[in-house]
Amino acid sequence: MKAPDFSYLRAESVDQALDLLARHGDDARLLAGGQSLMATLNLRLSAPSVLVDLNHIPDLAGITETETAVRIGAMTRHVAVERSPVVARHLPLIAAAMPHVAHAAIRNRGTLGGSLALADPAAEMPACALALQAVLEIAGPGGRRRVAAADFFHGLFETDLAPDEILVAIEYPKAPAGARWGFRELARRHGDYAMVGLAAMVEGDPICGAGRLAYFAVEDRPVLAHAPASKLVGEVIDDTAITAAEDALDADLDPHGDLHADAATKRHLARVLTRRVLGDLRTV
Amino acid sequence: MASPVDISLTINGEPVDERVPARLSLVDFLRARMDLTGSHVGCEHGVCGACTVRLDGAIVRGCLTLAVQADGAVVETIEGVSDTGEIADLQEAFIRHAALQCGFCTPAMLLTAAELIANRPNADREEIRAFISGNYCRCTGYQAIVDAVEDVLASRQEGAGT
Ligand SMILES: Cc1cc2nc3c(=O)[nH]c(=O)nc-3n(C[C@H](O)[C@H](O)[C@H](O)COP(=O)(O)OP(=O)(O)OC[C@H]3O[C@@H](n4cnc5c(N)ncnc54)[C@H](O)[C@@H]3O)c2cc1C
Ligand code: FES
Ligand code: FES
Repeated sequence: MKAPDFSYLRAESVDQALDLLARHGDDARLLAGGQSLMATLNLRLSAPSVLVDLNHIPDLAGITETETAVRIGAMTRHVAVERSPVVARHLPLIAAAMPHVAHAAIRNRGTLGGSLALADPAAEMPACALALQAVLEIAGPGGRRRVAAADFFHGLFETDLAPDEILVAIEYPKAPAGARWGFRELARRHGDYAMVGLAAMVEGDPICGAGRLAYFAVEDRPVLAHAPASKLVGEVIDDTAITAAEDALDADLDPHGDLHADAATKRHLARVLTRRVLGDLRTV
Repeated sequence: MASPVDISLTINGEPVDERVPARLSLVDFLRARMDLTGSHVGCEHGVCGACTVRLDGAIVRGCLTLAVQADGAVVETIEGVSDTGEIADLQEAFIRHAALQCGFCTPAMLLTAAELIANRPNADREEIRAFISGNYCRCTGYQAIVDAVEDVLASRQEGAGT
């Protein structure tokens, strides 16, 4: 189908975009890469009367590095993140996950901020943000605020963003020395949204000092599974620790069935992925 | 109705000035206004890849990009890249390997393969498959398409080596 009628407004700055949002209220929608928004408009699942295009705001795109963190502008396209040497060096988990996000033509246009703002429960980047303890920078009528990824995802396509706010940037702490990552997902076809996925980060080698396991496509939002991660802390990652983590998973995950798999299948697949990813990270 | 928007862009090397409704997709604009019907429309929600065109040198979904967003941009379609001869060897390889049957997916598949060839000259079969995973072909079973792309990668490597 074709998109319903709307007006197109191009914002040249964050302030102007905020102004347009304030003026048009619920009728307006922000247009980032359009790779999810245009599909919903073409399917007539939503019908905003105004689109505010963020693609011409120069300071929303780009990857910058400080001593301790990497800051990625919300309008940085997936392809730029995928090819960034800074990301490859300091955020290898993101570099490994990005090729799983959709397909080349979609990554040429889709944005990191769009992925996080959309909060699809089966998407890779929200789970990576949890595993890496990212902080999201949000601009609103009252100024800027920062929200931890752990507090950002509220539910199915629901985030901490208010309708008059804009996600400006995502800041990721650089991986500490000795930190290791694992990423795997199961999808029927390369580039499809995952049936189940796991983004993991562990610190300490050979004894695990901290671990974060972020599962996606399991519940209505990405989830950090604390119980299995706690089974790794203070241990070497060996068969015993992996089995303990796997067994603890049931306490933490409450899978929701979807079109791809029912809840029992997802629970099984989450166990399979846990074993594989922790197998990648074993220290003995 | 929302007011139309004036756009100026370059399509296949030619400057174009048009007035378009905001909701018009880039692929509908190219097909209906510019008579460039080599870009196809399948699903209209980003899944099939048939609408692939180049925007400022990179392949995009023509159904998920608005014509107004191409204002100031350089657009290339299968007609343009055929005329320049840029993908002549790829087109010949598609014919040689029978990598097309009905041809519906072919223009988009060629543009996608061209981007792979340009960016990843050493791609193996698995990488070829991953790269074209966003383009549906309902006829060939993909095998022949992968063969054709592999063939071109190999012969361009050879050409570059001599
Ligand atoms: C066929 C297909 C397969 C896909 N597969 C995957 C996949 O496997 N994994 C995956 O993660 N994604 C996938 N995607 C989605 C793709 O990654 C999108 O690009 C992404 O989810 C949304 O980013 P966008 O920049 O295109 O945002 P848009 O579509 O422009 O926007 C999405 C939503 O977020 C809001 N928004 C965007 N930016 C901001 C901002 N800065 N501040 C506040 N709100 C904002 C918009 O208003 C809109 O509501 C797929 C898409 C398609 C069409
Ligand atoms: S028509 Fe654009 S992807 Fe199918
Ligand atoms: S040749 Fe018919 S769809 Fe590909």
